[in-house]
Amino acid sequence: MIHPVLPYVIAALLFGLGVYGVLVRRNAVLVLMAVELMLNAVNIVLVTADATVRAAVPQTGAVFALFVIVLAAAEVGVGLAIVLQLYRLRQSVQVDEVSLADDAVVSADAGSRGADEVEGQLVR
Amino acid sequence: MTTADVLIVALGAVAVAAGAAVVTTRHVVRAGLWLVVSLGAVAGLYLTLAAELVAWVQVLIYVGAVVVLLLFAVMLTRAPIGASEDLDRVRWPGAVIGAGAGLGLAALLAYAYGWSTVELTEQSGAEAVGSAIFTAWVLPFEVLSVLLLAALVGAIVVSRPDIGRRP
Repeated sequence: MIHPVLPYVIAALLFGLGVYGVLVRRNAVLVLMAVELMLNAVNIVLVTADATVRAAVPQTGAVFALFVIVLAAAEVGVGLAIVLQLYRLRQSVQVDEVSLADDAVVSADAGSRGADEVEGQLVR
Repeated sequence: MTTADVLIVALGAVAVAAGAAVVTTRHVVRAGLWLVVSLGAVAGLYLTLAAELVAWVQVLIYVGAVVVLLLFAVMLTRAPIGASEDLDRVRWPGAVIGAGAGLGLAALLAYAYGWSTVELTEQSGAEAVGSAIFTAWVLPFEVLSVLLLAALVGAIVVSRPDIGRRP
């Protein structure tokens, strides 16, 4: 016998922390970590609902939680590929330094030349 | 307060405290390690809530794979090892929105559920969850495998070294 309000409130607090992290952090990897916190909060809600509600289709919450975990794994894989590419082009992963203007093509060109030099050093 | 309640409060306190450390610490690497603590406490929460399979999948995939991937990214982007002061931008707008979202949702859920109690449903172990996936949710499961393949191919294409050059 449990009080369902306890895990729900825990999930809400974790979600708030994730929102704070996504809005405040400048490092793209830290932003991804905060996103993981938010996804976990959602999973807690799903599992709690599964454990406390007698549903017509049983285990639905657990199945959805598993689906969310798989989606999170895919999201982190693609997200980290983008972050590493950004680091290769700009030598920086600060999300508020990413230029959205048209000159991005020129600086990306310059950045990829820099990336080639870095790669050359790594090979050596 | 039953034993399950006490466990939920204790594990939830660990999860929330470690989550707060993730979003406030000045060390990039330590944020990843605090994330391990937070996700592990959440896995314990799942065990308490009788979702055994989800708990072990959480340990395997989140703590085992996702955090290792994040730490890889921390090291590949040459994050500073020591404390760095410029990890955060101006804090108060994010703090207002985050506290509003978190406390607002918490207040709404507390109002909705009050101090009611329920009996936990039966254990959702691997057998029950597996039969649910392969009967009611088999089509989303198959679509998910296609999505994983697409994400795999996408990650490989995005991390090609010749991207960003003009043809």
